[in-house]
Amino acid sequence: MPDQLLFGMEVALNGLMAGVMYSLVALGFVLIFKASGIFNYAQGVMALFAAMTLVGIQNGQVPFAHLINATLGTDIHNFGWTVPALAAILLTVVVMAIFAWLVNKFVFSHLVNQEPIILFMATIGLAYFLEGVADLMWGSEIKTLDVGLPQGINDWLETTTFDAVGYGFFIDNLDIVATIIAALLVLGLILFSQYTKQGRALRAVADDHQAALSVGISLNFIWVLVWSIAGFVALVAGIMWGAKSGVQFSLSLIALKALPVLMLGGFTSIPGAIIGGLIIGVGEKLFEFAIGAPYLGGATENWFAYVLALIFLVFRPQGLFGEKIIERV
Amino acid sequence: MKKLGTLTVAALCAAAPAMAELVIPDLSYRTGPYAAGGIPFSDGYQDYFTLLNERDGGIGGEPIRVIECETGYNTEKGVECYESTKGEGALVYQPLSTGITYQLIPKAEADGIPIHTMGYGRTSAVNGEVFNNVFNYPANYWDAASVAVNYLLEQNDGSLDGKTIALVYHNSAYGKEPIRTLNALGEKHGFELTEIAVDHPGQEQKSQWLQIRRERPDYVLMWGWGVMNQVAIQEAANVRYPMDQFIGNWWAGAEHDVTPAGDAADGYLSLNMNTINPDYPVFEEIRAQVIEPGMGAGDGSNVGKVLYTRGMYAAMLAAEAIAKAQEIHGVTDITPAQMRDGMAALEMTETRMKELGAPNIGPVFAVSCQNHGGSGEGLVQRWNASAGAFEPLTGFITPDASIIEPLVQEDSLAYAAENNITPACAE
Repeated sequence: MPDQLLFGMEVALNGLMAGVMYSLVALGFVLIFKASGIFNYAQGVMALFAAMTLVGIQNGQVPFAHLINATLGTDIHNFGWTVPALAAILLTVVVMAIFAWLVNKFVFSHLVNQEPIILFMATIGLAYFLEGVADLMWGSEIKTLDVGLPQGINDWLETTTFDAVGYGFFIDNLDIVATIIAALLVLGLILFSQYTKQGRALRAVADDHQAALSVGISLNFIWVLVWSIAGFVALVAGIMWGAKSGVQFSLSLIALKALPVLMLGGFTSIPGAIIGGLIIGVGEKLFEFAIGAPYLGGATENWFAYVLALIFLVFRPQGLFGEKIIERV
Repeated sequence: MKKLGTLTVAALCAAAPAMAELVIPDLSYRTGPYAAGGIPFSDGYQDYFTLLNERDGGIGGEPIRVIECETGYNTEKGVECYESTKGEGALVYQPLSTGITYQLIPKAEADGIPIHTMGYGRTSAVNGEVFNNVFNYPANYWDAASVAVNYLLEQNDGSLDGKTIALVYHNSAYGKEPIRTLNALGEKHGFELTEIAVDHPGQEQKSQWLQIRRERPDYVLMWGWGVMNQVAIQEAANVRYPMDQFIGNWWAGAEHDVTPAGDAADGYLSLNMNTINPDYPVFEEIRAQVIEPGMGAGDGSNVGKVLYTRGMYAAMLAAEAIAKAQEIHGVTDITPAQMRDGMAALEMTETRMKELGAPNIGPVFAVSCQNHGGSGEGLVQRWNASAGAFEPLTGFITPDASIIEPLVQEDSLAYAAENNITPACAE
């Protein structure tokens, strides 16, 4: 098999894996948009906050230590214990649920029936506020995330492909784990929405707020629930991305990788977020490999993802799996 | 009685001489994606001035006032910081961003306020006859590229003929700076340069490292900053690229760049424009007189780290230039123009560095009105993961002036022509 073809196949495979990582971020956006019509600008910051909280809990870091020390003249930084990864993840989920309740209580319950742009602006404010809180709570330094995820080249795949085609393919073990987790996450979300009372209520709210209210579904509860789930998805995304680069403030920028995925897959479809992510991942990586790096000086992935999404938008404005908006007079 | 008291206080205030201050803005970034690099640098920069205030009562008896302004590593905010602080009597700016520096150069030249861009910014600012108010000692990007190549020459018995070097760079003005020099050095030494761009912020670099895995260059140089560094080092480990053939520049060689990759980063190389030694006597003084009394810019955990040391070194060079300006002009309350004279006459000797409590922290160099660039020397350091510290691998390496000087002349004179500047020393 020609080398270029093998390289192209390796790039495409890695593009699929990168796409899964984008989808993990996009899922959080979809969940909130589907249930409440809010485009949550703060989703990236939520991933940052969740990952920082996880590391902070795991390492026994005292939250707001800098503030406490400056105010009280103390010198405390650490509780002196470490929390096992699984327990720390569970505690972080609880923190994200509390965050969801607070957001609903103090922000969105006051903005019911407001224009979507007002809700969007509120999430912008929320993003900057949360970033500041994360900084105050856990500090700005880069934190090493260690929840036992494997990293590095998958030896089995490399050896197998080398034996088969004479070229060992590279796949990062972390990407394989991310793919499995994303699949489980989507499966879990589908089962939850299909087979649980709360899930059905969530779908009812997503379909029609007014009708859901009229049959006694609590909008407040559903919004807290959906923000909690989005918080959990943000935690998963934060763990996967944070394992690569350490947990740091640039994590919030992963939201930028999710936007073209949403444009392509639609804002209301969970399968759309996954398929969109895969298309964007493969598309941008293959473009960089075949055209970007050899002819355009490289670094084309960021903008090409948006070009790809725009092309889809022109032909299908609601995205691949989005619901067509029909407004009747 | 109350009115009399008020009048007395007012009269005393009017009679007392105005307290002069040496104003140093600190354009820091403690928030945003580049905060991890901005915080230790700013801590070091501020703590050294606080030490001088506490220990010596300032410089030449004049207290130093540091004005911190948050830029978030954002060029527009950096310019706003400059505009909002220059009226305070700012003596020198250290923008800590090549993007901000490019915007400030024409402003600073017009306002007559010096800028010190230590190891970053516009490289051709070395030509002091064109850039009267911009200083980039002790070294610049082109020096760094040449130092890296000279190190590789040393490793290859003086020849890089037929070797391949990949430059993984931040796709910005900063990241593109060394390309010209590396191309010229490639022509001279016969190595082939492959340019591999990484878009901001650099969280996703799979394509770039797959390319490196396919092409297996003999060496990889990196011009990175922020999250790009951590991801690149992790990806290099993932594709099993040898760490002793991977050299970051001095903005890709701090502790936080390597720790997320854990043991996999062991042996990673980077350049540095200053030595690092947590046991410098000056650090002891900072701990005792600044951190412990609670006057530190941070909590003190960064003292002695790579970027803290560099920030402190930057402050040390600024303080030395202030002292030199006071000496030249015979006044203690100096103006920005006098500060420029002090910077243009700065001389760092081994003796002086020892007196300052940081022996051999940087190269020995002297600045002149023609040459604002210093010696251009840099060293190579290696990450020891088990010790959790960078260790010096070489002494200071001299860059190749025969390549760099013509490039500096060409670029600076082109700038002069574009901006109607007649090259001459500042009066």
